[in-house]
Amino acid sequence: MAIMKFLKPRNQLEEGGRTFAPVQQDEGEPEKKCPNCHKSIPLSRLWANHQVCPCGYHFRMRGRPRIQMLVDAGSFQELFPDMRSSNPLLFPGYQEKLDNVRSVSNEEEAVVCGTAKINGQSCCLFVMEPYFMMGSMGAVVGEKITSLFEYAAEKRLPVVGFTVSGGARMQEGLLSLMQMAKTSAAVKRHSDIGLLYVAVLTDPTTGGVTASFALEADIILAEPLATVGFAGARVIEQTTKKTLPKGFQTAEFLLDHGFIDQVVSRSGQKKLLGNILALHHGG
Amino acid sequence: MTQTSYDRVKLARDNGRPTGLDYIQNVFKDFLELHGDRRFADDPAIVGGIATLCGDPVTVIAIEKGHTAKERSLRNFGAPHPEGYRKALRLMKQAEKFGRPIVCFIDTSGAYCGIGAEERGQGQAIGENLMEMSTLCVPILSILIGEGGSGGALALAVADRVWMLQNAVYSVISPEGCASILWKDASKAADAAASLKLTAEDAKSLGIIERILPESDLGQKKFYDRISLLLHEELKLLSADTDLIGKRYARFRNLGVDAVENHTRSPYEHLPNLLP
Repeated sequence: MAIMKFLKPRNQLEEGGRTFAPVQQDEGEPEKKCPNCHKSIPLSRLWANHQVCPCGYHFRMRGRPRIQMLVDAGSFQELFPDMRSSNPLLFPGYQEKLDNVRSVSNEEEAVVCGTAKINGQSCCLFVMEPYFMMGSMGAVVGEKITSLFEYAAEKRLPVVGFTVSGGARMQEGLLSLMQMAKTSAAVKRHSDIGLLYVAVLTDPTTGGVTASFALEADIILAEPLATVGFAGARVIEQTTKKTLPKGFQTAEFLLDHGFIDQVVSRSGQKKLLGNILALHHGG
Repeated sequence: MTQTSYDRVKLARDNGRPTGLDYIQNVFKDFLELHGDRRFADDPAIVGGIATLCGDPVTVIAIEKGHTAKERSLRNFGAPHPEGYRKALRLMKQAEKFGRPIVCFIDTSGAYCGIGAEERGQGQAIGENLMEMSTLCVPILSILIGEGGSGGALALAVADRVWMLQNAVYSVISPEGCASILWKDASKAADAAASLKLTAEDAKSLGIIERILPESDLGQKKFYDRISLLLHEELKLLSADTDLIGKRYARFRNLGVDAVENHTRSPYEHLPNLLP
């Protein structure tokens, strides 16, 4: 009942990641409103706290700051940095969109790949970029992920991957659909020689990425309240004409239904990933 | 009169087209249906079992839309739940165990989007099929007979050969969905259909399918007999191949490579080896 909405708790998060430190702010500093606790948070505070609100809400985070947060200083070596899409189907408006997104995001494509050390543990790492067409997967994302798993298999390294994606990139039509099969086959090859793949699902992970490499990992983690699903919630509502249950398609929902291993807040990720990698290296 | 891409979409969706079960009954003999995913339920949107093709046993899996209103509702309009994909995978693993080739018939607007489907892991089920099919050691041949709707179709199409009926379509998103997302206007579906390159000819020129099956005699005995013969010949060839899995990997591995600018084959040679 809409009228009862005011009764719902202002903070939907459980205790994980919540801090009660006072929010300090310079006068006139720009702020961002938190959709969870509805307070305004100064940007400097958000930056200092890896885009996590003091209430525990995880804002979306760009790929490169995430890598910086995660890996041992100076250990990241980027792979395939120059690959970019060529608008293979000459889809109307796509080239303009690519040009625009490239200049605004300062990235060539929607995923950053490389090798790194996390708490001293070597691994291959991919981090998807929400500010590049919402991490959608076209031929380049598929090629980079596939190449990374092939490289990891060759060098016998584990893979750690952070997903964020609106799904397949429709401007590349069938070629983007095929990336689901291509990346899955590469994950399988890497897996079949006994190597570890850990995925961390971040908000939002949907569509073709959910139905391929996001949910194919040996160990699957997710950030609190991240939206993770195959079909979009709005489409489901329109198709079924039903009200969606509370917390539908959140990380916590997937945990309850047995599809992920743990929900982990940003502040705990480096330590946890380091531990998982250490457990699998075995010397 | 030339047909637009959107005309082809309408033809592919036509109620009068033969559905998966029609192919199973007319292309094969002695069909023995096998039910259930052994996890949760039996999904009537996917039919599977064992049949013979020119005397040889094969595993057959088909997405079934149904013809009449009652059938269509029973088959959920050919929109599978996760259980359907899990049943398909179970039957494929069984085929691998007994050395039978696998034939899939695909006709779906997409995997079902519903609350239960999400709760039971639609994405996980599709992803698992993509992964497992890539290393099955028996030949897999998939035919798109009507609509090939996105991941829900691909989940049965990680095959050694993919064929399409002349008026089938294969797409990452429905033209209506694409138009409403990109241009906020579902009535521009015809433009979207043309841009998405979803016809059989488009798919062949992109290297995504190997063969287009003509359908001038669609649904007649001649039509099914021809498919039987083609299937039998192709499966014989594939069965003799000693590097089936390697070639299947390469088949998908190369898709989209031409669309990548600044692609370097060995981009990591200059990097230090991280391992001691």
